[in-house]
Amino acid sequence: MTRKATGVFGLVALLLLMGVSLFVGVMNVSPKDLWHDPEAMRLMGISRLPRTLAAVIAGASLAVTGTIMQMLVRNRFVEPSTAGTGQGAAAGILIATLFFPAVPLFAKMSLAAICALISSFGFLAIVRRLPPTQPLLVPLVGMIYGGILGAGVVFVAYQADLLQYIDIWMNGEFSGVLKGRYELIWVAAAVAALSYLVADQFAIVGMGRVASISLGLNYRQVITIGLVAISIVTALTVVTVGMIPFVGLVVPNITSRLLGDNLRRTLPITALLGAVLVLASDILGRVLRYPFEIPVGTVFGVIGAVVFLWLLYARPGHAR
Amino acid sequence: MIRISDLSYHHGRTQVLDQVSLTIPKGGITALVGANGAGKSTLLSLIARLTPLQTGSIHVGDLDVSRCPSDMLARNLSILPQNTEVAPRLTVRELVSFGRYPYHKGQPTSEDHTKIDAALQDFDLTPLADRVLDTLSGGQKQRAYVAMTYAQDTDYILLDEPLNNLDIAASRSLMQTLRHLSQEKGRTIVVVMHDLNYACAYADHLVALSNGKIRAEGHPSQVVTNGFLSSVFSTDAHVHHVDQVPVILV
Amino acid sequence: MHARRLIAMGAILALFAVLYMVLGAKGNWNFILPFRATKLAALLLVAVAVSTATVLFQTITQNRILTPSIMGFDALYVLILTVAVFVLGGQGLIRLPPLAVYGVNTVMLVLASLLLFGTLLAGARQDLMRMVLTGIIFGALFRSLTAFLQRMIDPNEYAVVQVSSYARFTQINTDLLLISTILTLLTLGFVWRMRHRLDVLALGPDMATGLGERPRRGQIEALILIAVLVSVSTALVGPIAFLGLLVVSLARLITPTAQHAVLLTSAALISCIVLVGGQMVSERVLFLAAPLSVVIDFIGGFVFLALLLKGTRR
Repeated sequence: MTRKATGVFGLVALLLLMGVSLFVGVMNVSPKDLWHDPEAMRLMGISRLPRTLAAVIAGASLAVTGTIMQMLVRNRFVEPSTAGTGQGAAAGILIATLFFPAVPLFAKMSLAAICALISSFGFLAIVRRLPPTQPLLVPLVGMIYGGILGAGVVFVAYQADLLQYIDIWMNGEFSGVLKGRYELIWVAAAVAALSYLVADQFAIVGMGRVASISLGLNYRQVITIGLVAISIVTALTVVTVGMIPFVGLVVPNITSRLLGDNLRRTLPITALLGAVLVLASDILGRVLRYPFEIPVGTVFGVIGAVVFLWLLYARPGHAR
Repeated sequence: MIRISDLSYHHGRTQVLDQVSLTIPKGGITALVGANGAGKSTLLSLIARLTPLQTGSIHVGDLDVSRCPSDMLARNLSILPQNTEVAPRLTVRELVSFGRYPYHKGQPTSEDHTKIDAALQDFDLTPLADRVLDTLSGGQKQRAYVAMTYAQDTDYILLDEPLNNLDIAASRSLMQTLRHLSQEKGRTIVVVMHDLNYACAYADHLVALSNGKIRAEGHPSQVVTNGFLSSVFSTDAHVHHVDQVPVILV
Repeated sequence: MHARRLIAMGAILALFAVLYMVLGAKGNWNFILPFRATKLAALLLVAVAVSTATVLFQTITQNRILTPSIMGFDALYVLILTVAVFVLGGQGLIRLPPLAVYGVNTVMLVLASLLLFGTLLAGARQDLMRMVLTGIIFGALFRSLTAFLQRMIDPNEYAVVQVSSYARFTQINTDLLLISTILTLLTLGFVWRMRHRLDVLALGPDMATGLGERPRRGQIEALILIAVLVSVSTALVGPIAFLGLLVVSLARLITPTAQHAVLLTSAALISCIVLVGGQMVSERVLFLAAPLSVVIDFIGGFVFLALLLKGTRR
């Protein structure tokens, strides 16, 4: 498939899914109701529309930051939510909730982003010391690193009796998304969109330090910009909807297999694909056990793990 | 005597061995030579039942390799694999003790201990007996592994490229040890080798493989000729003779 | 040297066990002692099962980083149990005798692990990292599938299966204690009989074959024993990610040896000390709210990371 065809196909799929998403849920609303039932309209505005938008934004921005992380670390098998960034963000909110419960949400968010940034730098520092001959070591170390941070967070949460929050942050779910309580995620959308402007630089950084420097890039600066973008998006998703594992890992790999690695061309497709997959998983979670809901993190956990295994054993793509 | 008949082996679509029939005489050193990928290591692994047979049969003495219980075979045939790196941290004595495992299955008798001490003695390993393998040089390590195979006290000893990573002194000393084992103790020794010069200098019998078939067989001085080099190894190197031993100048 | 250390560890364990029994016990001894003794027995059982399963797994993979829980064995057990609830319904499961449920689960785990890890192990020597990563992803997949099925099941039904995402040593499923004890002792008997063969299997398939062992058969036997041991520990307390890695790494440090007779004993003793001592300290001294397994996972994670980084530098 060419890039254009993929783009058009993805866009149509996304619009269709968004339409479906607006009318699927515990409360039965049909498009006809919107004309004469003000209650239906209110439900749309307060819950369905925000939920749909949140899923689209979360999916798109997680996929984009996954791509960036893979470029920065120069490894296809990593993503922020399993390599410590997500756990760092959770630690940040935990600290904020424990010590500064009175500060506004935005301040808590910032602390989460800062902690996410610190833990991402920590991960990068470890990765630098790994031998380049063992590419699978990087995701392995990332997962353990994330696991240790996660265990620390869980421990503190247990002691402070905040365990139910951990569940909310660690397991992505869109059912709690309501108007007035999700808008922060638009910042993530903005960050993901901004990072498109420097897509070329991330692509060059993906070729390594030497190549970057010889091409006249400020290597450290690009790395820092990338990590900041990743940390902000991750922190925002964790706070508003919770972690959705595997999105940042699986989606960039699929795009890369289909269309190659020219980020300027492929990043929009990656974003689109992320949005489609996350929204589809959310809708699936809503209908599978109607009227109960299965969290999107769980649905995507199953799909993502299977795709990951396939990526691990399939031959490298012949695309491009 | 090792009798191999109609032995074929496929790895995926590649035919590694193609209808090989071969008799390796009892006693002496037999060298298996051939270009990379000729199938010599596979042949050795098949004889030592490290790789299961596909078609054909192999008899070591009276024992049918595919039927004989593994532990009975281990008392008649020992193998030094190409990759000898082992995970556990072992001392030299511990390693050599494993050579007696086919007999005692974990409860060594005093006879086993005598044989272990003798193996350490014969291979000049007594002073190193309590050193951990990782701390030894490549040559010392290889000697320890050969001592283990020796302690296994079998009539047949197979070695897969034992000269890898050994310097000239260590290589010569290992080959002299093998010659001693074959001449004084009557062991049958089969060695996969890369270096034709070592094969010519030490082997009593030489078997050359290429593309999964046997191309030549016999005493090195008869087999190794210019024509042999070009047909088996596709190289135009020349064979010279020193004291009637073929020598290839590279 | 090893003997003296083993005796010392035994003494420490005995001390911890006594402290665990008596510390902070007020009032009715007739009630407290049997109550605590049951829990102590369960702890010891879990400790030995986990350490032994880990040693076996590391031996058949010739590797000091892998453990059954890292490869997703206990997640698989929980998944099988959840599938059983999903298929039979919680009520259906309750009506079956608990022994039968336990037995069927264990058999299923044995079969599933043979199928999955048996084939996986064949490729382990070529690409260790891929195998470890596969195991971790399998673990994640099993956990996600479990969570998924739990959502598909009526919440009330699910309450029947008392397995949680973190092991809790304070809520031990003591109904299964007797059968677990018998199973564990039987398994340990087999492992002990295998100890010399394990010494040889640890040398790798080629060397082991040369010495008259059959490595494939040894691997399968070990996988079966591992599956049984994992069933026991997971059924009793739930999944514990890094306990095995932690205690076996410690055992290799304290009693460096290639003899499984020593290694198995030492790992079991350390495992018991860590669990009983850790439980005593967290429950009776520090009064921690967090389960001990979270602390163990935290420390064990560091050990794993250190081993990984050290292993690549060689």
